[in-house]
Amino acid sequence: MSDRGGTMGASPDVSAAGASPAVSLALTLLGVGPLLILILLVAVISQLTPDFLRPVNVANIAAQTAVIAIVAIGQQLVILTRGIDLSVGANLALATVVGGLVFRSCDSALLVALAMLGSATLVGAVNGLVFVVGRLPHPFIITLAMLSVCRGLALELAVGHTTMRGMPDGIVAIGGSETFGAPNSFFVVVAVAIAGLAMTRAMVWGRWIYAVGGNPEAALEMGIPVRGVLVSTYVISGVCVGIGAIVLAGRTGASSPLYGNLLELDTIAAVIIGGASFLGGRGHIGHALIGAVMIGVIRNALNLLGVDIFFQMIAIGLVIVVAVEADVLRSRLEARARSIQAARAA
Amino acid sequence: MSSAPPLPVLSVRQAEKRFGAVHALKGVSLEAYRGEVLALLGDNGAGKSTLVKCMSGVYALDAGEIVLDGAAVRIHSPAAARRAGIETVYQDLALFDNLTPSQNFYCGREMSFPAWLPRGLRFLKSRSMDREAAAVLDRLRVGLPNLAAPVALMSGGQRQAIAVARASVFARKIVILDEPTAALGLRESRKVLDLIAQLRSEGNAVILITHNMEHVVELADRAVVLRQGRKVGELKPARSNQKDLVALIVGADP
Repeated sequence: MSDRGGTMGASPDVSAAGASPAVSLALTLLGVGPLLILILLVAVISQLTPDFLRPVNVANIAAQTAVIAIVAIGQQLVILTRGIDLSVGANLALATVVGGLVFRSCDSALLVALAMLGSATLVGAVNGLVFVVGRLPHPFIITLAMLSVCRGLALELAVGHTTMRGMPDGIVAIGGSETFGAPNSFFVVVAVAIAGLAMTRAMVWGRWIYAVGGNPEAALEMGIPVRGVLVSTYVISGVCVGIGAIVLAGRTGASSPLYGNLLELDTIAAVIIGGASFLGGRGHIGHALIGAVMIGVIRNALNLLGVDIFFQMIAIGLVIVVAVEADVLRSRLEARARSIQAARAA
Repeated sequence: MSSAPPLPVLSVRQAEKRFGAVHALKGVSLEAYRGEVLALLGDNGAGKSTLVKCMSGVYALDAGEIVLDGAAVRIHSPAAARRAGIETVYQDLALFDNLTPSQNFYCGREMSFPAWLPRGLRFLKSRSMDREAAAVLDRLRVGLPNLAAPVALMSGGQRQAIAVARASVFARKIVILDEPTAALGLRESRKVLDLIAQLRSEGNAVILITHNMEHVVELADRAVVLRQGRKVGELKPARSNQKDLVALIVGADP
């Protein structure tokens, strides 16, 4: 990481900012906490079940985590602007169904992929535009509405089918095949993450996303195109959903109006568990990735250990509560660090 | 002055502003000069804030004009005011808590390349921005413990100093400071006052809004007093006329 690495994250290096050692230590721990917990999880689980670290299982986790990770990256950008995208799961289902319908009339990987990307991006654009142009108080309203619209539309278009078998070979290759022993979907995650990192870290637009999340009023005052930035995050979230749809349809060789159930929960959880903040402008792509892997690891481990799926849902929910509390604690510690600064200056 | 008097960098002429039945500004005029601190005084509701918001593009004047370096300008948004060279630091500071001081400095006007791309798609010149911001903070003697930390972790005085320093970098014409010491303790106030003096000595035009008469007497070269939307006086503040100033502000006979 560069010298600026942690500055926009939720875990700034405060040790040098002159806060008290205890507060600095707590903030630093909270910053690296998710990664530590992930490493700890892996260590403990690999002791509990030797199957866990076998290459087949690791590849399995990578493949299962890919969709959550890709969509979580888009979700991360939305959450950076203090927003939320609840439509991602239904949007993904709709995209696979649209792709499936295109496949019925033409066996072209390119056209099917474009159809899925186009459908998901369009939904993202509707989310962003209605939120901004319609001056809604909060994006959860429109994205919740679009959750319902997309799921209904997907079921309608699938005319009673719960799965529509078949995907072009090219799509199956992206979602289901391996290269050098790693699932291709893993490389898709890497590509999306690199693109996301390049934008958020190196580009002016990415800086504006952080600015809008940090202080929307000031961003407007500084001449940043706030409305455009907001819309763009929902569009990018849609693009990520489209890529996720391609990966999932490829892995299963099918499309379904039931795909992506609770994907909104998984992706929001990934972002928050990974250590990003709901408070706006705090977090980075790495948080989304760590969180996604953590969810994948927990699910996989509970499967291997034979814990039933209902308990898995309970476990993920509890983890979210802990992560959100950690976020609250962090902002309180920051306030503490600030007052220590003020006391020192006075 | 041996030759012609210097031209004001900013003049407000016969400013009028109404909000419904409230006549907030009644033909107010003032001039600000480079290398000078102009104090804008008045009781609550006297029209100071309205006047400042008209100069910084938040409100449009109903009548009258704003002249920058001899040319009348129309300022229809805060961003337009900044483009025209008028920087305003309000009490909320408009800082981005999640960004570092240098990221705050350049937010919305980032150094970037390549120039042929639309601004949002360009790449950040982070190193140049860090270097420039550090140089400015150093020159203005703003001591910050850690330039890599987000400003959320800094004290009120440090945050105020960052906002004022940022304004001074981009203010090609004038810096307007709205009660910059209101939320600060003694020692931090002192630092901000020193910073304002530094801005003046570098040739900036500064308009200072404050309720603190000590600060006015110490720092301001001229004072304009508003009462009930009118300009009721303009004088050079000094210990000797501090009472007159207060009388002008509250409208009592001295």
